[in-house]
Amino acid sequence: MAETPVAVSGGWAPLAAGLLGTLAVAAALFDGALAGRAAGARSRMGRPVGEVARLLRQRRRTTVAADRLLWRIGGAGLLGMALMIVTVVPLGRWTLFDLAVGVVWVNALDVLAWAFVWLTGWGANSAYAMVGGYRFLAHGLAYELPLMFALVAPAVAASSLRVGEVAAAQQGLWFVVWMPVAFVVYCLGVVAMAVWGPFSPAVGRDVAGGVTAELSGVDRLLFLAGRYALLAAGAAFAVPMFLGGGSGPLLPAWAWVLVKATALLAGLVWLRRRMPALRPDLFMEVGWLVLLPAVLLQDLLVAVIVIGG
Amino acid sequence: MLTHLVFWGLAVVAVLTGIAVFVVNSMARASYSLALSFIAVGLQVLLLQQLYVGVLVILMMVMEMTVMAVYMNMFMGMNPAMVSMNMVHGARHALPVSVGVFLLLAAGALFAPWPSRRGSPPADVTAALGTELMGPKMLTMAVVGVVMAATIVSGVVLAAHRTRYDRLGDDLRRPRAADPQPGGVGR
Repeated sequence: MAETPVAVSGGWAPLAAGLLGTLAVAAALFDGALAGRAAGARSRMGRPVGEVARLLRQRRRTTVAADRLLWRIGGAGLLGMALMIVTVVPLGRWTLFDLAVGVVWVNALDVLAWAFVWLTGWGANSAYAMVGGYRFLAHGLAYELPLMFALVAPAVAASSLRVGEVAAAQQGLWFVVWMPVAFVVYCLGVVAMAVWGPFSPAVGRDVAGGVTAELSGVDRLLFLAGRYALLAAGAAFAVPMFLGGGSGPLLPAWAWVLVKATALLAGLVWLRRRMPALRPDLFMEVGWLVLLPAVLLQDLLVAVIVIGG
Repeated sequence: MLTHLVFWGLAVVAVLTGIAVFVVNSMARASYSLALSFIAVGLQVLLLQQLYVGVLVILMMVMEMTVMAVYMNMFMGMNPAMVSMNMVHGARHALPVSVGVFLLLAAGALFAPWPSRRGSPPADVTAALGTELMGPKMLTMAVVGVVMAATIVSGVVLAAHRTRYDRLGDDLRRPRAADPQPGGVGR
């Protein structure tokens, strides 16, 4: 069994934040390139850069009787969530926060998405934003429990809630190989909490942007950056949970973590234009009648293998 | 020393945000003040080294308050929850009673003759707490959990407006259930 990571001083936190930011920016650029290709243009990779510049200069839109406090908390919250998630993701031999219950920590943080996205929809005091907020919660009611049980599988297999130990437990065989259902459901959960791709009806064009309908300027920038950062953090957390952590030939462990996270992140970004939007009302049954039983069977299988083997 | 300061700071935050629940004038603010109060308590539990319990308190309470905000906004008649509203009912009696209960419980906690520590805390305080709470009663607890889940399900079934006869016909032979809300798996 490989050594478990050691906690480094909090002074390295800016580096972790920088890495997360780099991944998020890369995701945005990649999405821009894909958008350009879909529209037939040669490349629109620079578009996210232009959009950032535009939003930084844009004046804030105000709405009547907005609940400003909750609105701002919601809009900025996603980014904070993503930063808190990566604190427990080991980068090869190092981790910022070697929490004994790291898996539950991430679980508690991903639930915060419910609060933040809904609050962003609520705060603007706008009907479309509110509809978007409720769409997200409808998705949430369907994806959250399968996501929780998907996180149970690696923890049971490693007999530990410490993220480093979960990563170390898959030296022989990556968890993604023998718990694919949990991995797929986990990825679906990450995509959902980033309000991304199939889970984008909450920010859908048919409701004038939904949750983001009234967001402008820096607030909009923070919310969009938060979505990319959440995708990146979710992909990074999948590495120790399912993709064998830092194990791999030639490269050092930290480089493998980054390579795997980047690859998964690119896949999730790419998924956006490859999957239809999931209607919240229809997805409810998919979540409870298909995903939840499937992931529970996966947990049972993992538990039986762990006890028997 | 620092731990003590943080603990007391969190205690003050928990009480103040708890009071805010009744002072603010919107359902969303009330729900999330309560969530914040519970988060402060969860962080206090973390300071007691009960990591699992502390993180779980935060997880459950944030989720619970979000669901509460949803249901309160959805089901309150005429949707007054969308506009500002008073968060207290019958304040003349409720206020003295709740302040009295708070003072009573706080006095109990402060003036109880707590035993002084013997020995040192175990390595895994969460496991120790679990064994202490449920050790000999694990079977009872497991059964109670199942009974509670069954109670919730049967409560929902009994309260449901539409029965299986509405969905599948009087002889239950309708091949597709007639639901006003279409399902996502082709039923």
